Amino acid sequence: MAHRVLIPTPLRPYTSQQETVDAEGGTVGEVLSSLTTQYTDLKRHLYAEDGKLRHFVNVYVNDDDIRYLERDATKLKPGDVISIVPSVAGGAPGPAAVERSTELSNAEIQRYSRHLILPEVGMDGQRRIKGGRVLCIGAGGLGSPAALYLAAAGIGTLGVVDFDNVDESNLQRQILHGTPDVGRSKLQSARDRLTAINPEVQVETYETRLTSANALELFKGYDVILDGTDNFATRYLVNDACVLLKIPNAYGSIFRFEGQASVFATVGGPCYRCLYPEPPPPGLVPSCAEGGVLGVLPGVIGTIQATEALKLILGAGSTLVGRLLLYDAWTMKFRELKLRRDPACPICGDHPSIKGLIDYEEFCGVSPARATAAAGPGVPETTVEELKARVDRRAPFFLLDVRETHEFQISRIAGSTLIPLGQLPSRLGELPASGQEIIVHCKSGIRSAKAVAILKENGIEAKNLKGGILAWIDRVDSTLAKY
Amino acid sequence: MSGDSVPAPPRSAASSPTYIDDVAIETIRLHGAETFPDECCGALIAVGGRIVEAFRLDNTTNGGAARRFRIGPDGYRQAEAHARARGGTLACFYHSHPNEAARPSAYDLEHAWPNFTYVIISVRAGTPGDITVWHLRDDRSGFDEGELIWPTGS
Repeated sequence: MAHRVLIPTPLRPYTSQQETVDAEGGTVGEVLSSLTTQYTDLKRHLYAEDGKLRHFVNVYVNDDDIRYLERDATKLKPGDVISIVPSVAGGAPGPAAVERSTELSNAEIQRYSRHLILPEVGMDGQRRIKGGRVLCIGAGGLGSPAALYLAAAGIGTLGVVDFDNVDESNLQRQILHGTPDVGRSKLQSARDRLTAINPEVQVETYETRLTSANALELFKGYDVILDGTDNFATRYLVNDACVLLKIPNAYGSIFRFEGQASVFATVGGPCYRCLYPEPPPPGLVPSCAEGGVLGVLPGVIGTIQATEALKLILGAGSTLVGRLLLYDAWTMKFRELKLRRDPACPICGDHPSIKGLIDYEEFCGVSPARATAAAGPGVPETTVEELKARVDRRAPFFLLDVRETHEFQISRIAGSTLIPLGQLPSRLGELPASGQEIIVHCKSGIRSAKAVAILKENGIEAKNLKGGILAWIDRVDSTLAKY
Repeated sequence: MSGDSVPAPPRSAASSPTYIDDVAIETIRLHGAETFPDECCGALIAVGGRIVEAFRLDNTTNGGAARRFRIGPDGYRQAEAHARARGGTLACFYHSHPNEAARPSAYDLEHAWPNFTYVIISVRAGTPGDITVWHLRDDRSGFDEGELIWPTGS
């Protein structure tokens, strides 16, 4: 079935200046695909690299925007006319302003009716939400539920910073992404999910690692920063950038069964450094990848962060400024600690010594040189390739696995002996008599480096397997389960 | 609907001037002064190779109108229908830069369409100033400034 497609002025040079073109197809997607097959130059102007329609391209069937129909899958009747309609945007130099007034359309009044009948929100509050701009650092465990609820609530602009692709092991908690998204960029899948929930939200994606060089520029113009980071270096970076720019930080963090949340960097309120002036020594606090995390936990903490972000934008309610909320999912208990701004805080105190962003990897001792030093001086290492060659030669050696029992049950390297790191000092007697070489491994090589140091203190020479069982699975035996 | 030449064809655009009537220039100035300190925006309708009308459109940005403008699909369709009714074409848009120069911003570049012509007016302290015209390069690397000519000035 052929349909008429109306081509807007800026795209006519790619259709030999024709205003209308006929294209075959039973759905909008099919018509557009046969159109771009006829006129191949159109494709790069209509579609972004990921195969999605560009943000500023709108498609109508007769008088209806396909975003409110069934998008690409919208079925066509004979005589339906398809229009490609541009949005035109631009503006003066500089970031978007903070003060905005925004009227609500009838469709929006319907959509947000449950907010509008709350006297605490009402029309004025919903307009503030619509004018609000929140930047989520990370589209992972915390960023997922926070971004989903903020989009549903009608936030005007939702920025997301991430540089990762979706991995199978993310799906247990990072609900922005689904099984078909594995391998895709997290930002692409985030944009799809968020605009599906609410096409009115302007989703701004920043596919980059947050650094001291770009943080201030990225944060400028946002009303609230929502910290969903998973490491100390980025957490201090987010905190310091928020303090310097005076943008509130809706903070959350999670580990195993416990989470915490607060609001930092408000004027006069405490910041993350008032709570934790120094980062813990590297390796002391394991990441979620090492320590595990209950999948629902970030759902609780991330939605608390989103709640705080909304109240900050509404300028109403009692926020977590000056309070640290602690949540234990295992015992199902909430506790609260009082926080005060520290007058001696190096960044938000009365006489700040930090006046710009610093090197946070160095500060947290995770720069490559410091990380090696932290693992103990001169820990001898070996690679998974060397280990494989040793196995193939049937060379005698002792492979010590220092992970926990439940990890050993998930996957193990054949022939290894399990002694969890915590039990190692009391079980040295189980190691072979001297002469036989000992290779130690854990999941990624951090715990085993400590084990090698412990063995050395006890006069036992051993080598650390670089990259742990993860490297072994990646580079030697992909049949083992990765976790 | 065909037969009217677009005022600025895409490739030679930068070298050939854009002709615009006084009345359109006056509308742009007034519009920019009225919405100051916010940005104004609208479409420019060309008939017979010259811009004869500035058609005001609502600024529907949700990024703060002091620094952003957006003409949504509804506004675009309105302008297109108006151009058609006048027997003209739609190939040019204008907007104001409050308290900034009449030069495209990085944000303008990021959101520019090929083959459209962009007119920018600088409005300082509520008083309309320079008006310039810009054409996006084919490779999107930047804009080239064009020549904007109207009867009583340039």
